[in-house]
Amino acid sequence: MNDTTSEPQRRTIERYTANERTNHWFVAIAFVLSAISGLALFHPALYWLSALLGGGTWTRILHPFLGVVMAIGFALLAAALWKFNKMEPRDWQWLRQGRDVVNNREDRLPEVGRFNAGQKLLFFVLVVSILGLLLSGIVLWRQFFSIYFSLGVIRVAAVVHAVCAFVLICAIVVHIYAGIWVKGSIAAMTRGTVTPGWAWKHHRAWLREKLHATHPRPRSD
Amino acid sequence: MALQSLDIVRRSATTTAPPSVREPHTGTVAKLIDTTKCIGCKACQVACMEWNDLRDDIGTNVGGYQNPHDLTDQSWTLMRFAEYENPDKGNDLEWLIRKDGCMHCADPGCLKACPAPGAIVQYANGIVDFHEENCIGCGYCIAGCPFNIPRISKRDHKAYKCTLCSDRVAVGLEPACIKSCPTGALVWGTKEEMHQHAAERVEDLKSRGFDRAGLYDPPGVGGTHVMYVLHHADRPQLYNDLPEDPHISPAVSVWKGATKPLALAGIVLTALAGFFHYIRVGRNETHESDERAAARETEHVRHE
Ligand code: HEM
Ligand code: SF4
Ligand code: SF4
Repeated sequence: MNDTTSEPQRRTIERYTANERTNHWFVAIAFVLSAISGLALFHPALYWLSALLGGGTWTRILHPFLGVVMAIGFALLAAALWKFNKMEPRDWQWLRQGRDVVNNREDRLPEVGRFNAGQKLLFFVLVVSILGLLLSGIVLWRQFFSIYFSLGVIRVAAVVHAVCAFVLICAIVVHIYAGIWVKGSIAAMTRGTVTPGWAWKHHRAWLREKLHATHPRPRSD
Repeated sequence: MALQSLDIVRRSATTTAPPSVREPHTGTVAKLIDTTKCIGCKACQVACMEWNDLRDDIGTNVGGYQNPHDLTDQSWTLMRFAEYENPDKGNDLEWLIRKDGCMHCADPGCLKACPAPGAIVQYANGIVDFHEENCIGCGYCIAGCPFNIPRISKRDHKAYKCTLCSDRVAVGLEPACIKSCPTGALVWGTKEEMHQHAAERVEDLKSRGFDRAGLYDPPGVGGTHVMYVLHHADRPQLYNDLPEDPHISPAVSVWKGATKPLALAGIVLTALAGFFHYIRVGRNETHESDERAAARETEHVRHE
């Protein structure tokens, strides 16, 4: 009863490959650096953050490069995970039951595949906001690109950039909290594995797919 | 230009009051540029280069008198030439010459947009000055300025523009350009005096047939400390696109206005919402029962 770890079904399940984990944490580090350097210029109350990058001028120099590095890293991650993030009919039902979601009543929710509707929504918010940051950031990049754009375009780009940064940062705060809230998630992204019980509770349809993939049922005897 | 002897009423990217106890009891300063007296000799351009030790690259002649073609980090002022055929006067050719440069707005868009504390200041006398040692070179001031004035140097990536000779004014001298003007088109004094002087000029011009003559002191930016007397005050665009009703762009006001503290509050509230969710609802854990259910499912699939 206690020593169940030797049983085969208590073996862990792979959720993220080493490449996916590397890609994720690469983007995470680039995000933190981009966000620190961007927020330093966002409001005087946060200008002190520029000291972390070597002062205001270094912050101005480094920020766009950090942002581009993050956008490229995210593009790779998004390409790898795109097919798991398509909205399905059951996802809309999941979203309608938001109250059950935040109150830990997962038993009342429709079954979830590799990602739940909240994760899918986050995915698309990230895609849109990072694309917006990249395009507007290039317009604002005085040293290389701003001369190709009119003052009107630059002014609008500044607003777009600030709005997208706000949305992205809030989305990531929610994303980080979700990882802290749902125990076992951080291990999924650090070790790459989850327990079958975790998968059963949070991503039941995904667990079933995995089980069927490892135990195909060709035998009809 | 750093000049600590004058009093600072506004300081970029600063949320507390800058040192500002002294008030300009003699009034703020102003430069009046009388376009109707300007002959385009460019003595002021040369005086600016000389006083400020600036030397622009030698450009190319494209067949006009305007030289250099635009403001740069080395050219803080320049004469802009426009040829206008006045239909009201039988298509008479009018050569409209305007000395371009920073207008020293009472409500400066450059200062509002700047993210670097103390890179742009406004003195109590009305001068808007860049302190390049605090400038990080982002170029936001260019987006903030309604007159398209600041320029980033390619050499040091700092922003530069006319200082209104804040260093000379601080010790009681007039700006270098004023000193050099041979026709009296450039006049210097308190803003009030310049208003009076301009009123006399406008009256004189009207008596000579320029019924639309007037003073350019645009209220959209709170008035300016560099003002123009124009023969065609109803159509400032004639003077190489001097804006008719300049104001800080609404995009800049949105970007730099109340939205910023609100956005910061939004981020903090999002994080707080997470924290209190954790306190009230708590962690979402996997239990032994889930492991058992998963094990049953695994067996089930295996024996299907
Ligand atoms: C994707 C590529 C990105 C590029 C090319 C880019 C470029 C820029 C540029 C040129 C500026 C103006 C200041 C400067 O010169 O440093 C800026 C400001 C800023 N960036 Fe980015 N950035 C990118 C990504 C990001 C990301 C990922 C974030 C946040 C997570 C971000 C947040 C900000 C913020 C908050 C500001 C200040 C905006 C303001 O003052 O309103 N940027 N960015
Ligand atoms: S003209 Fe432009 S640079 Fe000069 S004070 Fe006004 S906003 Fe600033
Ligand atoms: S470039 Fe302009 S906006 Fe940016 S720090 Fe320098 S003075 Fe301020």
